[in-house]
Parts: sequence; structure tokens; C-alpha cells
Amino acid sequence: MKVSLSWLKEYIPVDLDPLEISDRLTMAGLEVDSIENLYDYLDNVVVARINEVKKHPNADKLSCCLVDAGKEELVQIVCGAPNVREGMYVPCALPGAVLPGDLKIKKSKLRGEKSQGMLCSGSELRLAVDASGIMDLEEEHLPGTPLEEALDITDTVFEIDLTPNRPDCLSVIGVAREVGAFTEPKGRVTLPEVSLPEEKMARESIHDFAKVEIVDSDLCPRYSAGLLFDVKVEPSPFWLRQKLESVGLTPINNVVDVTNFVMLETGQPLHAFDFDNLAKGQIIVKRAGKAIDFTTLDDKAHKLESEMLMICDGERPVALAGIMGGENSEISDITTRVLIESAYFNPVSIRRTARKTGIATDASHRFERGIDPEGTVSAMKRAVSLIAEICDASIAQDIIDEYPLQFPSVEIDLNIDALNTRLGTDFSLEIIKGILESVEFDIEKTGDGQVKVGVPSFRVDVIRPEDLSEEVARLWGYNNIKTSYPLVAARGKVLAPLLLLREKIRQAMIGFSFYEAINYNFIHEESCDHLKLAETDKRRSVERILNPISDQMSVLRTSLIPGLLDTMKRNNSQQTDTLNIFEIGKIFFATQKGHLPREKEMVAGLITGNRSDQSWFSKKAGLDFYDLKGVVEGLLDEMFIKEAQFLKIKDDTCPYFEKGFGAIVKVSDLVVGSLGKVDAGVLKNYGLKQDAYVFDFDLGILEEAMPGEVQAVPLPRFPSVSRDMTFIVDKHIEVGVILGQMQEIAKKQALIEDIFLFDVFEGKPLKEGKKSLSFRLVYRSATKTLTEKNIKKLHTNLSQTILNEFNADLPE
Amino acid sequence: MQNRIAEIEKEALENIEKAGSKEELELISTRYLGRKGVVTGFLRNISSLPANERPLAGQNANRVKIKLEALIAQVSSGLETRGVDGFTGIDVTLPGRPAARGALHPITQVLNEICGIFMRLGFDIAEGPEVETDYYNFEALNIPKYHPARDMQDTFYVSENIVLRTHTSPSQPRAMEKTDPPVRIISAGKVFRCDSDLTHTPMFHQVEGLMVDKKISFGDLKGILTTFVHQFFDKETSLRFRPSFFPFTEPSAEVDIRCVMCKGKGCRVCSKTGWLEVLGSGMVHPAVFENVGYDTDKYTGFAFGIGIERMAMLKYGIDDIRKYYENDLRFLGQF
Repeated sequence: MKVSLSWLKEYIPVDLDPLEISDRLTMAGLEVDSIENLYDYLDNVVVARINEVKKHPNADKLSCCLVDAGKEELVQIVCGAPNVREGMYVPCALPGAVLPGDLKIKKSKLRGEKSQGMLCSGSELRLAVDASGIMDLEEEHLPGTPLEEALDITDTVFEIDLTPNRPDCLSVIGVAREVGAFTEPKGRVTLPEVSLPEEKMARESIHDFAKVEIVDSDLCPRYSAGLLFDVKVEPSPFWLRQKLESVGLTPINNVVDVTNFVMLETGQPLHAFDFDNLAKGQIIVKRAGKAIDFTTLDDKAHKLESEMLMICDGERPVALAGIMGGENSEISDITTRVLIESAYFNPVSIRRTARKTGIATDASHRFERGIDPEGTVSAMKRAVSLIAEICDASIAQDIIDEYPLQFPSVEIDLNIDALNTRLGTDFSLEIIKGILESVEFDIEKTGDGQVKVGVPSFRVDVIRPEDLSEEVARLWGYNNIKTSYPLVAARGKVLAPLLLLREKIRQAMIGFSFYEAINYNFIHEESCDHLKLAETDKRRSVERILNPISDQMSVLRTSLIPGLLDTMKRNNSQQTDTLNIFEIGKIFFATQKGHLPREKEMVAGLITGNRSDQSWFSKKAGLDFYDLKGVVEGLLDEMFIKEAQFLKIKDDTCPYFEKGFGAIVKVSDLVVGSLGKVDAGVLKNYGLKQDAYVFDFDLGILEEAMPGEVQAVPLPRFPSVSRDMTFIVDKHIEVGVILGQMQEIAKKQALIEDIFLFDVFEGKPLKEGKKSLSFRLVYRSATKTLTEKNIKKLHTNLSQTILNEFNADLPE
Repeated sequence: MQNRIAEIEKEALENIEKAGSKEELELISTRYLGRKGVVTGFLRNISSLPANERPLAGQNANRVKIKLEALIAQVSSGLETRGVDGFTGIDVTLPGRPAARGALHPITQVLNEICGIFMRLGFDIAEGPEVETDYYNFEALNIPKYHPARDMQDTFYVSENIVLRTHTSPSQPRAMEKTDPPVRIISAGKVFRCDSDLTHTPMFHQVEGLMVDKKISFGDLKGILTTFVHQFFDKETSLRFRPSFFPFTEPSAEVDIRCVMCKGKGCRVCSKTGWLEVLGSGMVHPAVFENVGYDTDKYTGFAFGIGIERMAMLKYGIDDIRKYYENDLRFLGQF
């Protein structure tokens, strides 16, 4: 909402600096976004005296003027105006000025003659309507005086970012009321005269010509109308054009301009019909009743629905109520009889229609926020009397005011103590009364600490005592309310386990030198295909966004992996080749239509690039599966999950892993996640050129797999003994299987503390298809120091079992 | 020959005495006792001596060898490893073998810090779904369908009544439905609005807070939020409360802080106003309490919402909000 200071002053005397006004409005809840000097465009426009006028040597209609523009020397300006004469004081735009219409003034040559500026007409400077010649300032001024100063025309335009609860301030009078609340003495606004001028009244009554019928009063509780005869449609007078332009509206013609002016002034949207185009002189307000085609006055065709409220004449729809008129009844140059509509339309209905049709107008903006239901008649009268004056028209006797659904006036019982409790204040009744009365509320004391507050009809946002507490607080000043600290019971709750787990994983991952990424929840609609997911994969039940930003962000993710691959792509394209990233976030699975999707929280990570770079102590070495597996094992360890199994994937559960390079991780019966090398085809789908390894874990299942609180184990008192054993086995036998077998045996033997693999070897001198595996067994007794004798039998038996089970050999 | 070994001994003893460092001593040891050392050479040559001289020469040479070995060991233990100037040692400027670091996303870091502040003030953490029903996201918060306030939040729809939550506030009615006052919760997380430009990303993060009890006042709201701003920025940061509008609070207040960039002089970041809007707040609207069945005569409360991206931008001087979600390691590595 834009409002100029000079316009405000027509309703409220205010003698404050614009900056002060801006600050006070902002601190009262009307946030001023910008303050503009209305005449900023007059920078570099000065008063000049024309000292000499010569005929232009090469053009009949041009003259060369030598003017004194306050510079050291006279300047020559070529001018085409017929009224130019010596001794005249005129506005002169010097090089550097930018006039309305983005006209940049530069030094130039016109038909061979130098021209160092421009002598301006009133119209070019938007200071007068006259465009026939240069503007004659008529009085003497010191040449070089800025024009704004010479004419004493400063004005400021405030742009206010209004919150949706204050439709009353979508009007100059509304803003003036707010200004009145902080001017001293607190003043009430002077409303414009709305009585109809006697001399302009026609003999005929409106009722002889027009009839208004409201069929759907739920959507149109009030419809007021006035009628004018002998209207002369012309461009508006200068003052009216200037008012509209000052707040950014384009003048159209005198009738339309008056309706716009009154809307800006009062907040009541009006519509002007060409009465001769209203069949039978009738206005019928009703729902469209069926789907119809309708062309609005901006020449756009719309498909309207049956629920939408229409203004119809005796035969057809003539306006989309409260939003825009139809082209079939708009004001034209030949219009002579005008019907002015001033109505109240149901905000929800207007908003729904405006949304569906995609038409947003200054009128719909006000109606959907709620206008003053008691303001229709005065605004209509204001418009009618202005049109009568400006368009030289006469006014029909009487008015129409159909008001089938009366708005009750709002009265609120306010308890002073409750208000003070809410605010943390101790305002007296007098203070509250003073504040509320300054914005036109009526206060009547009804009991001890109890008042009845009458709410003015334009304040549609105030309906409960709490709303009054805001009025009092904002006008008193939020910053003048004492800061306090709440006294509450020191009662805390247990933190959710998932919250703790999330933090634990985060800390572990950064300990493993990973960086945390945060990706969008929405991903490319083809992500499932990019990951090569099977048709039956449950991750294909994506939830789609109805109004996505783009195809790239159109479905909710069912996996964190696409986001990580995109992140890798972005980094690779910035020459960051080595990457350790992880993300914790939710994924979403569609359920029944109209139900919330199922949300699962996941942690996923990606590594790519080099384990080590070329350096003085190491050679460049690429990362592989086991780097990632180490991280996963570390993570499980961090969660005290001891017995995880890594099982090779042999179906299409994770088709984004290269075949034979993926594993699921199982903890007893729970599948907690998977890890693997990203498939080459998937890499290609993401535009990636280097190998990557990812893991993907379900936080909820991890939490389930975690053991309870760790219990301390006493430290051993006797030393351990280590013995190694090496087997040569078929190379396709998985280490995990052998190790599993050994651990199975170890479980039954109290003396075996640990078994681990310390070497894997393939190649000569081993036979083709064989590998050797070396294990170290750590033996320890809780009661004594072990000797060779104690473990020999056990060690040999274990070795023999493996040799038999796996058809293994001992090294030669 | 006896003289020769005696000379070697004398010379060696002198050298050992002069040795200033382990390295020097090492050289001396090599010179006399090494494979090609003088004493070693002497011993090797004994076989070329006349038979009668050999036993004595051998004894002497062995005695010298043992003596020198013992002395070198003794002196060595008393010497520091140092060069001629006493400090040659190793090249300490050679880069170390890196212990690589990782880092949490700056948004997580700021979220954790903010949650930490409120947890110290006694707030519990409540979480809710990121995809919400229209009811919890809007209606329970006093934003009916077709209310102009819905314009304030451009919403992503999944179906007619299911939305991506536009704020973390839905956690509030969800929490209040489950517990009676007093309530003190914050809820943090991702929120979504269909808006994407220089200053908006379609996903961002919020922390919302709620405190409900008997006699909670607007003054208390000011107290808690002032404490928060002073802890997050610093004690000198001044702040102001400015009337605003949110459908779920009454009165509603925006909180501005003195611009942390220009200290209030006016700059690009604060659009020359000297103030930065950092959070929205207000006293919980009675309609919200009615929706969850709280007695509006008995209880009052306040709520607030903080935009995390903005807080992180101010804290770290980040100028482009989109940087957060590009996850460029050169960016993430800075925090």
C-alpha cells in the first residue's frame, strides 16, 4: 500500500518529519518498507531564464535558446515549443536528469545545433496536464534553483507492507487514523464531505430506472448503488491524475479514475457500469449457477464455475462480483449514464474465485481481507458527487441500498486484569481507554475492572479481548513493556532416543572425517529410474508434489542416495574429487491417498576419490569397498553393535550397486542397511565419471538393533597368548564364512578371546584359484597364565576342523 | 705395535671426550669400532704379526675395544641428540601425516547451538512429521482455508489436505493435544515453501518454541527472546519488538536486532534500516488453545519461530542462501 504524505494531510494534521512518521507507523505494526521522495525525478531540473531566442538555422519549427541555468556560462538549448520567448522563467532539465518515462537528458546536437539540456512542459514533468508548450513559471526565480524548491512541492510516498489483518489500512483514511493515534494532540481524521450537492441533483429518482436484487445474500450481504446522468467521459483533471500516479496507478478516464480514487481514499472498491448496457436496468447478484464463459474488461476470456458470484443485468452476467467488470458493460467514451456499485462481498467467496480464475485486482485484494460493511453508502456518495463535479453530470434522486444481512456491531467485554496478565503490564483503565479511543474504539465501564468496548465497523480484525490487548500493546509500544522472566516448574522430560542416536551418529561420522550434507527432500521425478530400481521396489511408491518448483524437485525422496550422488556431481565439477559425505534425513513412502506418507529417518554416506594422495610418506591410492566397510563397522562399533553380518546381495534389492559389490548388513534378524559400489550405469545416469561407494542405514532399525546400556567388564588379570594359523583354500570361499565357523567354535571355548584375519594372499607360489588366509587366535584364561600345553590341543582341533570343513590345506 | 694401539686409544679417548652430540659420537664409534674402523682393522691384522706378539697385541686391542665401547655407550647416554649447534634433530617443517577432519553442516551447528540455548532454559524437544495435514499446518493454528494469511506461506501440496509443512509450528498443537500445561517445547527441523530465488530456497530450517502456563505474559516472551539473542549473538546486541501479524498469535511481534554487520549504521544486509528481522513471535492465540482443549481463562502462553538459515548467515557472514544446499566441500569445510 502506497500513500503520500500530502494525501494523508488532507485527513489528519501532522507536523512530523517523514522519517519519524515512518518509524512510528512501523512500530505500530504498519511496516514502512520504503520512503520515497515523490519528486526524486526532478533531480537536475532547475529554473532557467531564457535570455535570447534565435531561429534554428536548419529547422523552421525549432528555436535555439540561450538560457541562464545558474551556470557560469549561458547554455544553448534547442526547443520546439511555440510559446518560448525571451525573459521567460522555465523548468530546464540539465544533462544527467531522468524524466518520467525514463527519458534521459544528455548533451546532444539537434540538426547541427548544440543542445545542452531540455526546456520542459508541465506534462513532461508530471506537474501539469498541459503539453502544448514549455511550462511558464510566471514568477522570477534565481536561475539554477532546483525546481522542487522553486515550486515548493516536496512530497513523500510511504510504501507500507501491510499484514493481512489490517484491510482498514488499505486506504489513505485508514493510514491517517493510525497516524492520528500518535500525533499530539491525538486527532481524529476529518472525513471527506459525502452529502450530494443540491445543484447537481436531477429530478428523476434512481428507482425509476434501476433495480437491484440480491439472490445470494450469503455472498453479498449488502449492495448500494447510485446513478448519474449526462456523464462526459474524458481524461481526468490534473489533480486526480496526479493523485493516482503518485501511488502508482495509471489514469484511465474520469469515471474510472474517480472510482479508483475513492477506493484508495476509503478502502471501498467501487465499480462503474455503463447503465445503458444493463438490460432492463437491472442488477441481479447471484451465483453463476452453471459453468459459463465470461470476458472481463481486460479482454480476457475466463471459464467460470457455478459457485462463483456474478453481477447480472436483466439478461446476462455483467461482472465477476468484487473482482472485475465485464467488457460488455464497461465505461467507454460514449457512456452517458453511469451506475456506481458499492457492495460488500463475502471474503472467502471472493478469494476462492480470485484464486481459481487467477485474477487478482485491487478490489479483490480488499474484499478478500474484509472491508467496512458500514462504508458502502458513504463511499458511493463520495464517488457520485465527485463524478457529478468532474464529469459535469447530474445525480439521480435517492440511492439504492440493499442490505439483507445486517452486520451486528461488535462489542467486547474486556477484563482489565486479564489484559494486564497477558501483557505483563499494570495499565490503569484510563490508560487503556485513552489508547483505544485514539483509534476510535468506544469504551464504557461496566463493572470493577470490567469495560465494554465498541469496535468500529472498519476494524474487522478485532473480535476478542486478546485482539484488544494487541491494540493496547502496539500503541503503547512493545518496547515500552517491561521485560520479565517466566517462573515455571523445573520439570524436564527424557530426550527421544532417536534424537540421541542421531547426534551420536553425527559425532561418529565427523570423527571418521566425513562432512555432513543436507539435500532437498524433493528429488527428480526420474530418480527411481536413475537408480535402476525394480518395478516392484517399494521405493517406487513416491509421493508426488502437486505444485513442484521444477521436474528436478517434483517427488519426495524414498532414498538419500540420489541426493548424495548429486552432491558428488556438484563437487566433482568443482574439481573436488575426493569426497567423504554423509546425510541424516527423512525419506517418504506414499500410503493411501489422502493419508500422510510414512516417514523414515535414514543415514547414508558416500565416499569417492583417494584414500591417500601422493605425499612424502604415501603414494596415491584409490578408495575401495573396504574403506567404506571400515566406516560402517566403525559406526556399528560406536553403537556397540557387535555381531553384524555382511551378506552379499544376490537379488535386485539394491540394483544401484554393481553386481557382486554390494552387501546388506544384518544384526540378528534385522536388516539395518546396505553398502556397496555404485553401479556404472547409475554413475552414468548421474553424469559421474569416477567410482563411488555408498551406504544407507535405517535409523529406526539401528536403534532397535542397539544393545542396552553397556556394562563394564573387569580387565583380565593374566596375559594372553597368540598363535597364528594359515590355510590355503579355494579363492571363492568367503572369509566371513570361515571366520564365522571359527567363532562358532570359539564361543564354546572359554579360552579363545579373539580371532582375526591378518593376511590374505593370492598368486605364486599358490596354485591358480587358491588363496591363503592367515588368522591370529588370542588365547587367555581368567585363572592362570596359559602355557603351550594348555592350548595346543584346542589350536590343533580348531585348525583340523577348518581343514576338513573347507577342504583347506596347510601351507607347505 | 704396542705403541700403535696405545696411540689409537689415546686419540680415540680424546675424540670421545670432545664429542658434542650423539651424531658425532656415532661417527667416532664408526671410525674406531665400525667394520672398517681403526681398532677393527688392527684386530684383523694381528694374524700378520709375529707369533709371539700376537697374544699380547690381541689382549690389548680387545681391551681397548671394550673400553671404547663402554665409554661411547656411557657418553652417549649423557648426550642429547643434537647437532653441532645442539638442535639439528629432525625437519619439523615437513608436513605431518594428516588426521583428516570432518564437520557438521553449518545449519546443524546453528540448530544445535540454538536448541542448546533453549534446553538450558528448560525447554524440551518435540518433533513432528515433515509432511503434514492441512489441519495441523493451518487450521489448528487458526489459519482457515481461503484465509488471506495463507498468502504469507506459499505451500507445496501433496494432495488436497496434505502439505509439506510450511513451518515447524504444527508440532505445537500436536504436543498440546498430548499434554496439559505447563508446556515448554521447541521443535526444530525442515520446512518448505514454494519459493526459489536469491534469498529463498524451497526448503529451509526453523526452530519454533512454545511456553504455556498460568500467567505467562508478553513481558516473559520478551525476556526469553532477549536472553536467546544475547546468548546467540552477544550481550551488546540490542533488539526491538515490532507489532506484526501471525494468525496463531495475538499480540504478534517481529523481533529485530541491531544489524550485526554495520552495528546499526545502515548497510546492504539490513537494507539501510540498521535493523535485521530475525524472528517472529507472539502470545498464543486463544483459538489455538481452544482447538487443543486448553482453558483460555486459565492459561496463557507465547510462541516464537526462528529461521536458521538467516541466523547462520548472520553468524558466519554467508551471503547466498543457496550455498547451504549445494554441499560444496569447499563451503562445508569452512565450518
